[in-house]
Amino acid sequence: MTGDPRPKGGPDALQPSAETSAVAGGTSGGALSRMVGSMSALARLEVFLVLILVFLVWWGVQLSHFFLTGPNFGFSTQAVMEISIMALAMTPIIITGEIDLSVESMVGLSSCVLGWLWASGVPLEAAIPIVLLVGLAGGLFNGLIVTRWGLPSLVVTLATYALFRGLGHVVLGSTVVSNFPAGFTNFGYGYVPGTFVPWTLIVFLLLAAVAVAVIHRTWIGRQIFAVGKNKDAARYSGVQVAALKTALFAVSGLVAAFAGIILTSRTSTASPDNGLNMTLAVVTIVVLGGVDINGGKGTVPGVILAVFILGTLKSALTQAGISTDYQNVAIGLLLIVSVIAPLLARQARQLAGRVRPERGRPARHSAPGEVVH
Amino acid sequence: MALSVPANAPAPNRAGLLLGRLTRSREATLAGVVIVLGFLVWLEAPNFLSSTNLISVTSLTAIIAIAAVGEALVIITKNIDLSVESTMGLVAFVVAEALKGGNMPVPAAWALGIGLGLGLGMANGVVITVFRVPSIVATLGTLSIYRGLTYWVANGQEITISNLPAGYTDPASQTFFGLPFFVILAVAVVIVAGIALRYTVFGRQVYAVGSNAEAAATIGVRARSTVFVVFALSGMLAGVAGVLWGIEFGQLYASSASGESLAVIAAVVVGGVSIAGGSGTVVGAAIGALFLGLINNALVVLNLPQAWLQVVYGAVILLAVATDALVQLRAQRAKARSRLR
Repeated sequence: MTGDPRPKGGPDALQPSAETSAVAGGTSGGALSRMVGSMSALARLEVFLVLILVFLVWWGVQLSHFFLTGPNFGFSTQAVMEISIMALAMTPIIITGEIDLSVESMVGLSSCVLGWLWASGVPLEAAIPIVLLVGLAGGLFNGLIVTRWGLPSLVVTLATYALFRGLGHVVLGSTVVSNFPAGFTNFGYGYVPGTFVPWTLIVFLLLAAVAVAVIHRTWIGRQIFAVGKNKDAARYSGVQVAALKTALFAVSGLVAAFAGIILTSRTSTASPDNGLNMTLAVVTIVVLGGVDINGGKGTVPGVILAVFILGTLKSALTQAGISTDYQNVAIGLLLIVSVIAPLLARQARQLAGRVRPERGRPARHSAPGEVVH
Repeated sequence: MALSVPANAPAPNRAGLLLGRLTRSREATLAGVVIVLGFLVWLEAPNFLSSTNLISVTSLTAIIAIAAVGEALVIITKNIDLSVESTMGLVAFVVAEALKGGNMPVPAAWALGIGLGLGLGMANGVVITVFRVPSIVATLGTLSIYRGLTYWVANGQEITISNLPAGYTDPASQTFFGLPFFVILAVAVVIVAGIALRYTVFGRQVYAVGSNAEAAATIGVRARSTVFVVFALSGMLAGVAGVLWGIEFGQLYASSASGESLAVIAAVVVGGVSIAGGSGTVVGAAIGALFLGLINNALVVLNLPQAWLQVVYGAVILLAVATDALVQLRAQRAKARSRLR
């Protein structure tokens, strides 16, 4: 799909680079100590995230006895599944140093296309593949413009953020379609019989397993990290950077369309306003999960933990009587704090590690240009 | 990346030079497009040039243009400010809330609003320069934080014109010497910012930080303080825009000005400010705002569905950045050729 000319030679293409193999959990002996180092850094982050999760659950229980019950688990997990699935696709994009701001508008567009097709009498078995194709095409459009014209993904996806949302309005007008069949809405709204496990959670876990496998266990993943660490070095060692990035954007569009279908199914509503403000939550999950916004670093397990943190936080805030409008304040703060916290932690470690020898030196060790991103 | 004319280039005649400069300048091209587009719309819908329509177009354009001047400063330093719409919305609502009781004099409320905008911009600046959070993340966060604060202030209420002092929205339709008040204000902001960018040390530092931060640091430009000031100014100008928003509409919701960041950024990008930093002018950003305002109005007077507006915004941004990329590619090729020679 990426059009890589040598899928068989792929696994070995980057093997000489200790740095990339350490990230991917490679087994070359020389990189062992480095690997242990990065593993313990990973563990530290994940322990930290688990502690936050435990705290949030404790807080939620203080707020309501209903908090730690099956129905609440099912309901609040279901509410964050669309953004969580999109976060899985956003993770590799951010690792390569790009961003996709258009996902929330693709949710809206795909929902509108689905509603329009259904209202025009197209059966869902045919409509859903078409919607997924629309998502794939939109993502491909993003990817091709970013890579072919060498434009920053920030602006390109900001433009398609407007474009996709506008097309949604054009397709559906100001109408809202809501007469979907029960068989369809059960998927987004229903649970595995006899449990409080939403069907969408099963889908998320399956996709998460795929993401873990691809990003941490294959040559594609190694290439993703290599591009994020040093684009030029990656290109010289044979990574087809443009093809890789285009594929990642295409997947992101596809996944966003899928999330749009799930949202339409869960709320049983196709509306041009579906998915508004979701990009914030998606980026927050990815960054909270420890993915470096500047690219090159991150893990899918961290992102999965962040999904549950965000879901628990939203549920606890709801229990505390805080409406969605205010919840966005918490998510915005969480986004900023999750970028600041690792920086502060690193500085604190440096300070604790070598207080005396570093005294004379200015604390500012990086170029001032680093801030102007 | 800046285009420089080689010293030994043959000097063309004056008229040729002028024409060349005009077609090369994004501001002039765009102004031409605005005039042609305006003419076409007028042919289709003669009421386009009625004074009520013109005032309504230019007032909203002026508001976006003022915010776009701040955004242009930010983008020239190779950063971005996604939070302008929330700053505008929060300021507009707080000003109206302050005036609701009738205890606060109007100018004091305006000053409060502009000061609040400055404060919100400084908060962005602190997060970005002190804590070194990339501006895209920082302002994506404050976009929702400032909007949430507006919901908190609004507390489910909206403010209607009857809550505001009598005649509060009059300035929006006032004209001086035939020019709407908002337009005069926007022109003043553009002139001041344009002169500051071109002729002051601060202005040159803004370009230096955006075109090559490391080189700028080497020659002693303090990139972090420049970026901080630029975000503070962007917040302040968004505050001015927010005050004007309240005067223009006289009816405020917690969601007022939602989606306007896109219009502001589109205006800046269409106006020729490179998203890669280091080049562009505030005049271009203001003409960009006029261009988008014209398209917006054209949809209305030509009875086209408003739904297309966002499609047009998206397409126009893509077109503008693609043109920039093409021009830059050509310049690089020309440079490579002249080096080979």
